[in-house]
Amino acid sequence: MIVAQQKPLEEIIGMLIPYDRILILGCGTCVTVCNVGGEREVSLLHSSLRLAQSRGLAQGKVFSEYTVKRQCDKEFLAILEEKAREQDAVLSLACGVGVQVVADYLPDLAVLPGVNTVFMGAFSEAGTWDERCAACGDCRLAATAGVCPITRCSKGILNGPCGGAKNGKCEADRSQDCAWILIYRRLEAKGELDRMRRYYPPRNFRTTSRPRRIQGR
Amino acid sequence: MAISAFEEKLNSGKFVVTAEIGPPKGTDVSEMVKHIRLLKDRVDAMNVTDHQSSVMRFPSIGGCLLIKELGGEPILQMTTRDRNRIALQAELLFAYSRGIRNVLCLTGDAIDIGDHKEAKPVFDLDSVQLIRMVRTMEGGKDMAGNDLKGGVEFYVGASCNPGCDFIEPQLLKFEKKVMAGARFFQTQGVYDLSSFRRFMQYARQFDVKILAGIIVLFSYRMAIYMNENVPGVFVPEEVLEELKGLTGPEALKAGIAIAARTIRALKEEGLCDGVHLMAIGREHTIPEILEISGL
Repeated sequence: MIVAQQKPLEEIIGMLIPYDRILILGCGTCVTVCNVGGEREVSLLHSSLRLAQSRGLAQGKVFSEYTVKRQCDKEFLAILEEKAREQDAVLSLACGVGVQVVADYLPDLAVLPGVNTVFMGAFSEAGTWDERCAACGDCRLAATAGVCPITRCSKGILNGPCGGAKNGKCEADRSQDCAWILIYRRLEAKGELDRMRRYYPPRNFRTTSRPRRIQGR
Repeated sequence: MAISAFEEKLNSGKFVVTAEIGPPKGTDVSEMVKHIRLLKDRVDAMNVTDHQSSVMRFPSIGGCLLIKELGGEPILQMTTRDRNRIALQAELLFAYSRGIRNVLCLTGDAIDIGDHKEAKPVFDLDSVQLIRMVRTMEGGKDMAGNDLKGGVEFYVGASCNPGCDFIEPQLLKFEKKVMAGARFFQTQGVYDLSSFRRFMQYARQFDVKILAGIIVLFSYRMAIYMNENVPGVFVPEEVLEELKGLTGPEALKAGIAIAARTIRALKEEGLCDGVHLMAIGREHTIPEILEISGL
């Protein structure tokens, strides 16, 4: 799923300075699962902003809250005709996709990001999320025993490990496993090391020329 | 026909010595020039590092041109960390046009360990792909398949890490580098001869020249620091013990003795084709190390 992190409260308050009536808008999909932008977090942020007001910050602003099923899908945004009426700004707690779809939908309003979208990843353990996919557009997981070298190797290299790992950990971040050592061990266990012996040519970055679009489906 | 004087030396069967030159941070090249002058007749070729440890410095190509001007034999170090395939190819065209004939192809250290941690890591290619890139250009074409007006020819090298704590994936990659067209290897620092011997038993099945890396140690603290912070460096416990308790000139003397002893053992056993000395800022110690080791 898409994993995000809430922006610091000071930054959010700074963004809101020009606006008086603000709708805090949650999203019921990815950011709900990663505990950053769902109904619960909308309510928590609302309380934090009210608390800030009691400390003399964000004076004179009126907040309201609502959470849609998915901000990245126009179909779920019709309700905003009513909810965003008479608002100056929408503070979206969705990923960057959701923020942009809402901004397109409400062209007369300021639509502001309340979170930083950080990666596509998975839940590992309580409070921990790990990046797993870089959306490179050319999936090679079949050749790497289900470990993505583009995402999980800090250098994103394709032909095996650099010489920098120690104790199986990456030279860039000793808390992270070396992806290529993981790949080697898994391929070895499966008797598929030939997959790693093959030469992989340089990536075609045209598959990721931006912005990407899929049509006719 | 050898492509470079360095290749010719290796082909002659001589026990070859190369040394690493670290360029300055800034434009004052006087110390680098001093090191080049000191070493150009004592070693067979000199590598110039390419923003080693991801620390921004005077470029490898600049150092290599200085070596040429001063009458030495340069080895251009090239990492894929800071340049995409367009910049890498262009730099090789320039290097060739100015008489540089040796290139060491590396992936490069992670940006995170250097002094510009917020820079964009490029890694458009990896080291194996970089070696192939040079080979492609030697065929008269660029990577996009366009004809080159005036080609290139290089003696292509690569690196490997025989002292790594998990050697099998390193050997697999070593073989990929050979298959891609690497003709010589300059290894990471070698301290433990028994693991290097095992590596050489494997490496000797390939028709490539191997120079064992010698990183000169100057103190116990430096060795500990390298073990903890420098990617790919593994100084074993016995060597640490030798340096423990020594300071200043005594520690330096011990470091020089360790390097010289390793070089002598490698040469006497005929384990490899030469050595590559990395003195990390203390290039002035190299003549003494070579003298003690009998080279």
